[in-house]
Amino acid sequence: MRAAVVVFPGSNCDRDLAVAFEQAGADVTMVWHKDSSLPGGIDIVGIPGGFSYGDYLRCGAIAAQSPICQSVAAHADRGGYVLGVCNGFQVLTETGLLPGALLRNAGLKYICKTVGLKVETSASDFTNGYNAGDVIDIPIAHHDGNYFADAETIATLKGEDRIAFAYTDNPNGAQDDIAGILSHNRRVLGMMPHPERAADAGHGGTDGVALFRALAGALTTA
Amino acid sequence: MKARVHVMLKNGVLDPQGEAVRHALGAMGFAGVEGVRQGKVIELDLAEGATEADVTQMCEKLLANTVIESYTVEIA
Repeated sequence: MRAAVVVFPGSNCDRDLAVAFEQAGADVTMVWHKDSSLPGGIDIVGIPGGFSYGDYLRCGAIAAQSPICQSVAAHADRGGYVLGVCNGFQVLTETGLLPGALLRNAGLKYICKTVGLKVETSASDFTNGYNAGDVIDIPIAHHDGNYFADAETIATLKGEDRIAFAYTDNPNGAQDDIAGILSHNRRVLGMMPHPERAADAGHGGTDGVALFRALAGALTTA
Repeated sequence: MKARVHVMLKNGVLDPQGEAVRHALGAMGFAGVEGVRQGKVIELDLAEGATEADVTQMCEKLLANTVIESYTVEIA
């Protein structure tokens, strides 16, 4: 598996995401936001958490217009894999690679804690290391994680089995408890919780490891 | 040319910040505030030749997220 992790000014989970990919066996290249192209042969692009461009205007809005994001969109259009975590999920909705938007948390507070996530589908190369219905513990750390989409979009996500993870105890007001969603081709995953922060015994939990291992399994021969 | 863009959350999209302001106004004793919606105003200084259509493109592509926000453009 060859992974690229995008670094924006204000990214702060880029190293963590790179280490999680590496521990699953990936070769990882860090890519700067001003780069206009991805290195050749990349299987998956990771868009990390943080506060790209200081969250100015809207979270992820300015990052979505950066030169590298045009290449990430082209990579996704070619059927490439993309994982966006936290701010990365916000960037993916702002680019239009995933539907909906992330609003301010309903309680207005920044929330940093480990939450229960129900695996809603194992039918993706991100989630097939889990069983549908499993409850895993993954940290969240966000101020704008309240997933919103119109009723038609929510119905489509449900009908196409594209809700990857749902909160067991909704912390932020997200519609239908949605914590993470897949693209139509199931190769783009955006999620607010941080699997890379539950990827080493030193983190206090390892429930995120299965996600990276599943990707490595799927992309080893790609 | 100057343009002023007003960006608001669409009706039906929860505005927790507006709600917090409404609560605060009530707690201060201002009676009868039934709703508060908070948006943003973006002022643009534009070179000669820019058109309202250009500003609309800016809104569609960056200044507003039309999934959750609506916008209006005022040309001054």
